[in-house]
Amino acid sequence: MFVSCLDRLRALFLSILLLGSVTLPAFAGSFEDSVAKFANDEFSDTEEAVGEIAASGNPLAFPIISALQDGRLSADPETKKVFITGADDKVIDAATGTAVNKLPDGTAPVRLNNRLRRTVEAALGGLTLLSPDPAKRLAAAQSVFKSHEESALATVESALANEANKATKQAFAEARAAIILFKPDASENDKLEAIAVIKARGDQEAMALLTSLGADQPPLVAKAAAGAISSIQSNLATWSAVQNAWYGISLGSVLLLAAIGLAITFGVMGVINMAHGEMVMLGAYTTFVVQEVIRTRYPGLFDYSLLIAVPLAFLVAGGIGVLIERGIIRFLYGRPLETLLATWGLSLVLQQAVRTVFGPTNREVGNPSWMSGAFDLGQITITYNRLWILCFTLAVFAILLAMLRYTSLGLEMRAVTQNRRMAASMGIATSRVDALTFGLGSGIAGIAGVALSQIDNVSPNLGQSYIIDSFMVVVFGGVGNLWGTLVGAFTLGIANKFLEPVAGAVLGKIAILVLIILFIQKRPRGLFALKGRAVEA
Amino acid sequence: MNVMDTRATSAMLYLDGVHVSFDGFHAINNLSLMLAPGEMRAIIGPNGAGKTTMMDIITGKTKPDEGTVLFDGTVDLTRLDETRIAELGIGRKFQKPTVFESQTVQDNLLLALNVDHSVRGTLFWRGSKAESERIDNVLETIRLTGARNRLAGSLSHGQKQWLEIGMLLAQDPKVLLVDEPVAGMTDVETHLTAELLKQINRNHTIMVVEHDMTFVRELGVKVSCLHEGTVLAEGTIDQVSSNERVVEVYLGR
Amino acid sequence: MTPHILTRSLDRAATSFILIVAAVGVLIPLSNLLLPQGSIFQVPTYLVALWGKYVCYAILALSIDLIWGYCGILSLGHGAFFALGGYAMGMYLMRQIGSRGVYGNPILPDFMVFLNWDRLPWYWYGFDNFAFAALMVLLVPGLLAFCFGWLAFRSRVTGVYLSIITQAMTYALLLGFFRNDFGFGGNNGLTDFKDILGFNVQADGTRCALFLLSCLALLVSFLICRVVVTSKLGKVLIAVRDAESRTRFLGYRVESYKLFVFTLSACMAGVAGALYVPQVGIINPSEFAPGNSIEAVIWVAVGGRGTLVGAALGAVVVNYAKTLFTSGPLAPYWLFMLGALFILVTLLLPKGIVGTFNAWWEPWKAQRASADDISAAREDGISEPNPAE
Repeated sequence: MFVSCLDRLRALFLSILLLGSVTLPAFAGSFEDSVAKFANDEFSDTEEAVGEIAASGNPLAFPIISALQDGRLSADPETKKVFITGADDKVIDAATGTAVNKLPDGTAPVRLNNRLRRTVEAALGGLTLLSPDPAKRLAAAQSVFKSHEESALATVESALANEANKATKQAFAEARAAIILFKPDASENDKLEAIAVIKARGDQEAMALLTSLGADQPPLVAKAAAGAISSIQSNLATWSAVQNAWYGISLGSVLLLAAIGLAITFGVMGVINMAHGEMVMLGAYTTFVVQEVIRTRYPGLFDYSLLIAVPLAFLVAGGIGVLIERGIIRFLYGRPLETLLATWGLSLVLQQAVRTVFGPTNREVGNPSWMSGAFDLGQITITYNRLWILCFTLAVFAILLAMLRYTSLGLEMRAVTQNRRMAASMGIATSRVDALTFGLGSGIAGIAGVALSQIDNVSPNLGQSYIIDSFMVVVFGGVGNLWGTLVGAFTLGIANKFLEPVAGAVLGKIAILVLIILFIQKRPRGLFALKGRAVEA
Repeated sequence: MNVMDTRATSAMLYLDGVHVSFDGFHAINNLSLMLAPGEMRAIIGPNGAGKTTMMDIITGKTKPDEGTVLFDGTVDLTRLDETRIAELGIGRKFQKPTVFESQTVQDNLLLALNVDHSVRGTLFWRGSKAESERIDNVLETIRLTGARNRLAGSLSHGQKQWLEIGMLLAQDPKVLLVDEPVAGMTDVETHLTAELLKQINRNHTIMVVEHDMTFVRELGVKVSCLHEGTVLAEGTIDQVSSNERVVEVYLGR
Repeated sequence: MTPHILTRSLDRAATSFILIVAAVGVLIPLSNLLLPQGSIFQVPTYLVALWGKYVCYAILALSIDLIWGYCGILSLGHGAFFALGGYAMGMYLMRQIGSRGVYGNPILPDFMVFLNWDRLPWYWYGFDNFAFAALMVLLVPGLLAFCFGWLAFRSRVTGVYLSIITQAMTYALLLGFFRNDFGFGGNNGLTDFKDILGFNVQADGTRCALFLLSCLALLVSFLICRVVVTSKLGKVLIAVRDAESRTRFLGYRVESYKLFVFTLSACMAGVAGALYVPQVGIINPSEFAPGNSIEAVIWVAVGGRGTLVGAALGAVVVNYAKTLFTSGPLAPYWLFMLGALFILVTLLLPKGIVGTFNAWWEPWKAQRASADDISAAREDGISEPNPAE
């Protein structure tokens, strides 16, 4: 109730304002005269016309100027009549708003040059500065900030005085500062204040604005501007570092998710599972199937689709993992290179199977509503799906760590990792541990597939793109140590994202691969390697 | 101090204050040991006493965290790798017999001969009469002449042990490190092995690690007992086996 | 007493292999050139090129067998050396096009004109000279293998770790060669070749000559491998494969041996790639794909690792099957078959075709040999020590 009352008050205020602004240029001539100036085919007349119409408050002002911007405004030099061609090809008389059958012969579009285009943009911005929709007001304020058109100053100032929304008010203040900074007759003090406001804004556009400031400024202003530029530069550098770090952490979480399962199977069994990527892929396709079923049968459950898919993906991938271990890998223990070849063959079979069932193209997997969208943190944008994947990864990691530490299977797995023969002689059924470990590793890969389906294309090749990266993480982090995998994943993720802007995406990746190859030279067993005689045997 | 130095330079193998730890576990703890040239020394001690790790340190497989390891009085072994140490003249027989199973007995000995070990040398190698005579001699010494063309993998456990000793002979090092040479051997074989080692000892320095007390007694040499990575007792077999601590940790009451 | 290095390397199987390859190398070109077209004994030109491709694969397989079968180094990046040799040859062939390209630039290959490059990058200099290109075919893969091996073997990267970083190596090269600014034609690679040493690459005669050359290269590679594995160095390699640290304790510098054989093998793979390119008419970055390298390893596994003859045989058999199946109605199932081949060979036929054949054949031979030994031992009057077990 109260809010709507306020809104109405504001509308009243605005209309008074509009009236006020109309009265000022009214004596320059009637609206019709202003419109007719377009027909003179002179840039100076067109500019005047834009200024007068923008200030007129006439409801036709917005359609006229936006038509001018789009090249839909035409004029007849004979009759001095001006016409707007609508988007639906209907023609109206610009001065009166009455419909016309068709454009009379001899009309030509009103021409614009670059300087005029800026005026037009600013005028349009001014017209929306007073829009009742706060989002539009904000956008208009931003565009004025960019154009810093002097003619908009009065409107901006009055809008600023009446603005209640904090963000919009800030934007108006910045727009005003931009105008004042570029206003030739503004006092030095005003300009200094304006620079302070722009400096506080501190983004790419503030910097562009300050750099475009001419050299003919008073020394104090020029100095302040230079100071502001360097301060914004360092501010921007910090934010871009923060941004890279965030991208790196995000990539690291994806790598970690893909690599954890591998770290377990490789750590415990010394088995390189080249079909690990295909377990990830199966998880992603499980998500696809779950969403398909939900879409066709229970559309209301869509937001829960991932929660349903996670346990299913774990079971599907884990079950297939156990089958692989029982059917193939257990016959190849002690022959790691042959295991590598056999599992590679398996990955070909799985890929082709998925290709046969689901087709070779990408399948659509949607984001639930709570995973779509983004929010701003300072000057960076954080998307919800990346954030959720990071949280999810850390949760999976924590659960796994707890499992290894507090369950009997975890204890047995650790025992087998550290000394297989001793564990076997202590009565641990190593073959059962192997099967369960392999199932666990594969199941986690399946879960990873659920998460990756949210940010990557779900296709039969999904797994392949992760397999080499995952191995690099495991090898870099050190075998048999989950913390090593964690550190390895985030280090590689962040290093990758910091190298990317410098070297480009592909060269960055190559550089990372080369660095890892060199790193393995230094520490052949990774960052956190187990030491001792048992390991080397 | 002065005495220390002369002892160091005259010793064939000299270990002093050696420490090694694996992830916090102290495998070797302030170990000091000395072998005179031409000496044979038996090392005994319970499992995990650090016997094999000590051999790893001497042969360069494991680098000690601290301590001095000298060979022939002057050469610092901690700075060298396995290959270099083997070239200097330290040969090793492993606890688990390690022969090249897919190659013949004769080829195993051929590989062990201390001739040119460079890539070029082996690529353009053409056998010489001297080499084949040495191989024949070794085969005779280890009683495998009849099995010279058999694959090493098809030998019995005892034969493999002997083949490995034979490889040491072919290598002709100054110091032989022999890890559990009679494990899995019959009494007769054990006796023959003891005789063989004594024969080798005539012109080589030997360090033998062994659990078999009968065998150690038969060797009749100075004994060091290792426990928790350090020397617990040293002396003749009778002195050591009557030592209270040795009985407690190793021999049992 | 010890036979000459070459005679030592030729046993009965090796000799028959050489005779067969030589016969094929001469007969197929002769039949193609001399017999009238349409005769049932005339081998059509497309088949000459196809079999030429198989022969190149056989050389690649030999190079892999040399390091994997005899020294235990499983390289999952040997396709990279193959492709580098191929690119070196491809660069020569590109320069030979001259002004006959679409854009008619006498110096710059078409793709460079397309990218608006105004001059040849420095690393393209000299490739108009065949001798230089041929040298690069050996040198570039050899040098890469030497640097890579020097780093890897010296720090004792072995087993699956080594396999994975070789895979990363070829993956990195794959990414690099896909880029246009690398200057190797990007995605499309090098193609539209015209001449090799002045002969039209499409002509029947050239194809037959290339086939003959490939067979010759296979023979030379085979002989080199045989000489290496039958020398004492070969025994050291096997020792390294079976018990690496034991070999070190005998005073062998294991890393030098590995480096030697790895570099040699890379050069052979480079030659294979160089002969491959003019016969298939294209080289592009997909040759660097990790999958290709692993596929080459499975040829060796199918034929029998550590047998050399088996590696060559495996390359031909698997690729023949691939041609047969991927061109027929069974095409969608080829990947199933290939995948199953990987699994079945490692599970059921770990010694491969030749190895399994030998396993049947050898006991009979060994029986005879050991019977001789025992009788010889009896004559010497030496008793064997009693077995302990």
